Amino acid sequence: MSLGSPIVKEYFRSDRLPHIWCPGCGHGVIMRGVVMAIDNLKLDKKKVCVVSGIGCSSRASGYMDFNTLHTTHGRALAFATGVKLANPELEVIVVTGDGDCTAIGGNHFIHAARRNIDITTIIFNNKIYGMTGGQYSPATPLHEVGTTAPYGTVDPDFDICKLAVGAGSSYVARSTAYHANQLIKYIQKGIENKGFSVIEAISGCPTYYGRKNKKGDAVDLMNYYKDNALDIKAAEKLPEDKKVGKFLTGEFHHEAKPEYVSEYMKIVEKVQKERSENE
Amino acid sequence: MEQEQKKKKNLKTIREWCKGCGICVAFCPVKVLELENEKVKVLDYDKCTRCGLCELRCPDLAIYLEEDQNE
Ligand SMILES: Cc1ncc(C[n+]2csc(CCOP(=O)(O)OP(=O)(O)O)c2C)c(N)n1
Ligand code: SF4
Ligand code: SF4
Ligand code: SF4
Ligand SMILES: [Mg+2]
Repeated sequence: MSLGSPIVKEYFRSDRLPHIWCPGCGHGVIMRGVVMAIDNLKLDKKKVCVVSGIGCSSRASGYMDFNTLHTTHGRALAFATGVKLANPELEVIVVTGDGDCTAIGGNHFIHAARRNIDITTIIFNNKIYGMTGGQYSPATPLHEVGTTAPYGTVDPDFDICKLAVGAGSSYVARSTAYHANQLIKYIQKGIENKGFSVIEAISGCPTYYGRKNKKGDAVDLMNYYKDNALDIKAAEKLPEDKKVGKFLTGEFHHEAKPEYVSEYMKIVEKVQKERSENE
Repeated sequence: MEQEQKKKKNLKTIREWCKGCGICVAFCPVKVLELENEKVKVLDYDKCTRCGLCELRCPDLAIYLEEDQNE
């Protein structure tokens, strides 16, 4: 008999477990969160397609028992756009990393957001390139350390949620691996939103990010997120000095607006109708 | 009532999958978990409230609650 909880048996390729991630890697918590959101929404497994790029985070698609597509570095959203346009009935979910999504894949990211295409993107943000040995990413906080920034980076980091809102996404939220129940709720809302949804899930990479930045082990990273996450609504009422060193979590944006595949299909129908009338 | 229903659930661990990260141990509200030789160990099944927080945060899907099939 295969091992695992009822959720594992239903939604995971348990013969591939345990996964390759390091002890305490936050990616496992987030992957489970994606699956819990799917389970809570009672989605038909056969109608879900999980698309990923390359990175530790992107390995998640290999463990999840849905239609899955493990693509090339940075291109998950390009493939996902094709999948969604060819099969609009599919629930397309992208799992990607901070590097995959905002470095090499940054262009795909802003344009998927601009189009407001009905895809839910979960960014496993461990603030580093985990897979390749801890190089700094566009999400590594300014002055923090990576293999390629041994004295601290001088590149200011992206606020991924602000970037997502600015580029046109219709649902944007941030949570952490520690706040996993809240994260699951946001992923659910992202899936339910008809449009481009971005859920930034702060993950912990104890092996590179934690160690290089002297932030300790897996438990220390979880405690760091527990102690320093500040809900956006609570933050509004706080004086500036109480916000120093904190980072915002919560729902940053939710707006109903035209969705790309629907708009595209409208044009197709319109042109087909005009043509048939002219024949 | 709810408490009784919860108690019927069994707390299970998968030794082969546990990587000994200690997350479940650190955040169990009633501190009934511990690491022994880098594997999770349940110290007191009776004290466990079946809150499910260990399952929620275990990165390795190695600890979970399951309805008891035998009862
Ligand atoms: C075209 C290309 N360039 C570079 C790489 C090397 N590479 C693999 S994963 C990765 C970064 C992954 O970082 P992230 O998306 O943050 O994932 P993580 O491993 O941190 O979860 C890079 C640069 C590659 N595989 N393909
Ligand atoms: S290198 Fe970092 S991101 Fe990759 S599996 Fe290990 S802890 Fe996770
Ligand atoms: S279910 Fe709750 S009380 Fe029981 S071991 Fe897990 S975290 Fe502790
Ligand atoms: S959280 Fe999971 S992998 Fe980590 S010690 Fe507990 S059971 Fe083991
Ligand atoms: Mg990363």
